[in-house]
Amino acid sequence: MNPAVLTGEHFMTGDVACAEGALAAGCRFFGGYPITPATEIAEHISARMPEVGGTFIQMEDEIAAMASVIGGSCAGVKSMTATSGPGFSLMMENIGLAICTETPCVVANVQRAGPSTGLPTQGAQGDMLQARWGSHGHYEIIALAPSSPQETFYQTIRAFNLSETYRMPVLIMTDEMVGHLSERVVIPKAKTIKSVSRPRPKGRKDRFKPFEPGPNGVPPMAIAGEGYNIHVTGLTHDEMGYPDMTVEAQDKMMARLVGKVRRNLDDIISTEGYRLEDAEIVIVSYGVSARTSLAAVEEARDQGIKAGLLKLNTVWPFPEDQIRRLSERVKGFVTVEINLGQIHLEVERCACGKVPALLAGHPGGTIIPPDQVIETLKEGF
Amino acid sequence: MNQHKKQQSHPLDGLLRTDRIPHIWCPGCGIGTAFSSCLIAMKESGIDLKKTVMVSGIGCSGRGAGYANLDSYHTTHGRAIPFATGMKLANPELNVVVFSGDGDLFAIGGNHFIHAARRNVDLTIVCVNNFNYGMTGGQVAATTPLGAKTTTTPVGNPEPAFNLPLLAYASGATYVARWTILHTRDLTDCIEEAFLRRGFSFIEVLAPCPVNYGRRNKEKPLDTLRIYQEQTIIKNDAHPSELDIDFNRGVILGKFVDVERPTCSERYDDTCRPKELLEEEKAA
Repeated sequence: MNPAVLTGEHFMTGDVACAEGALAAGCRFFGGYPITPATEIAEHISARMPEVGGTFIQMEDEIAAMASVIGGSCAGVKSMTATSGPGFSLMMENIGLAICTETPCVVANVQRAGPSTGLPTQGAQGDMLQARWGSHGHYEIIALAPSSPQETFYQTIRAFNLSETYRMPVLIMTDEMVGHLSERVVIPKAKTIKSVSRPRPKGRKDRFKPFEPGPNGVPPMAIAGEGYNIHVTGLTHDEMGYPDMTVEAQDKMMARLVGKVRRNLDDIISTEGYRLEDAEIVIVSYGVSARTSLAAVEEARDQGIKAGLLKLNTVWPFPEDQIRRLSERVKGFVTVEINLGQIHLEVERCACGKVPALLAGHPGGTIIPPDQVIETLKEGF
Repeated sequence: MNQHKKQQSHPLDGLLRTDRIPHIWCPGCGIGTAFSSCLIAMKESGIDLKKTVMVSGIGCSGRGAGYANLDSYHTTHGRAIPFATGMKLANPELNVVVFSGDGDLFAIGGNHFIHAARRNVDLTIVCVNNFNYGMTGGQVAATTPLGAKTTTTPVGNPEPAFNLPLLAYASGATYVARWTILHTRDLTDCIEEAFLRRGFSFIEVLAPCPVNYGRRNKEKPLDTLRIYQEQTIIKNDAHPSELDIDFNRGVILGKFVDVERPTCSERYDDTCRPKELLEEEKAA
């Protein structure tokens, strides 16, 4: 039997690193459904779950997979699923349920090219706005984007920690290239891994209000079977969790659901800068595209263009302030992503017309070659 | 004065969220009776109520979870069963009951039902079948009888209805029963029996929806109950293939399936868990 944390050096794919990251974070329920290129996450975790005391189940579809994950989390177990485009579409409704009921859970989307069945075996980053807005209604979401198997391992742990801290679904927006890329992954000792669990209620059970916020805007979470007799609904609800069909209740609930993210941006947003200090043109990228962008920065510098990279580890919430500040001092932005302009729209919005914001993208199937980024830089600036 | 106070309480008050009464169900609706049978069964079975969870989907019956003073989850349309599956597998100590309607469990949620039955997930499913979509104003359902009028079949339903016990049986449910809300004692006994056994149990409860279904089919509330009394045949162990609903011919009620087979969690532990882990758990 292997331990839950496979401390040591490994050669593994991004998908396997995701599964191992989940186990290291304390995930003990996985409800899955096979889909290329995410299947290996389910395959790996199906073998590992039983030996760490967890449960894997392959559900009948992605709708059921997502529902089972929310059920598992409400039963007190850290839970996740993994999918790709078509499955992600099917999960949207229940992602909304997890938002509304404030149920921690993690969804990995190993992106492939769409729309529809698209290019099942080839990568893309075309689900970034679906990640933001795919479920109906207005809400905030947290989405991370790893660009290597090693990052996938750590970001999966971070995804669980954020989901438990803020009681909400957290999305890992990886892609086929990173998912299927085999690289060195170092897994640290179990005791060095920071694992966060949801805030828990204290005090008298009969006076407990399941949706009364704690100090950071997040209510402590009672789990099924603890004797709190909580009611949890996807209807607009009051602090007791009871349905309340009034404009005031909607206002109050939404202010809190949205506020718990907006008030904690510093904790949630993570970005990395590369040669940004003196950069005149900022490449904004994430996931596998952040890696090809690094080569583009070097190449541009060699050609005398002062380029730098802003790599988004957290894509949602979007680091608006950082882009706004940069737009005060740089000549422009180039967003590098494998779609026809999604995060690009955000960069453009935050640049507020002060400087140009361009896109180096294509609709999916392969990476963005550094040459294409250089071309965009040269044509645009 | 004391007498008056006594009248204010109800034997099921402890299991009801009395602060949420009045409920939303219409006058003459059968859901309340089915719900009350479910709560009585829960109480009489002696199961640990602290460890008992009610999960509902969407619809009139889907509001059940909101009135039960238990840990109760009102989920998305059709998804009560996969939600309950995740909950039960993540914590097998919980008693999980799904209380929902025919539209929720058998149209939008039909796929989940058959797979949970196939897996023999240890769940008790109480399905209130009122032959139409009540919450949205009375549209045709997968259970609406052939020819019946609804707001989306204004000249009559051209489609045949599901035989729910047959579907449950064919999918592998280990306990299958059907009653009407007029047969409250039998219904309550069956739900109680279902709570006390392992495996996937399914109880169909035929219930009137006078406001939306009865009204459009020229069936007065009392007529519906008379039909439940006069046009039903109690036949335990009837073969599920005999259970099509046709009140002119007579509708069969009873307990049809009661068999044992390993549950989803038991099979998972047996097949997938390393033996040494199971032994460690036993020792602990």
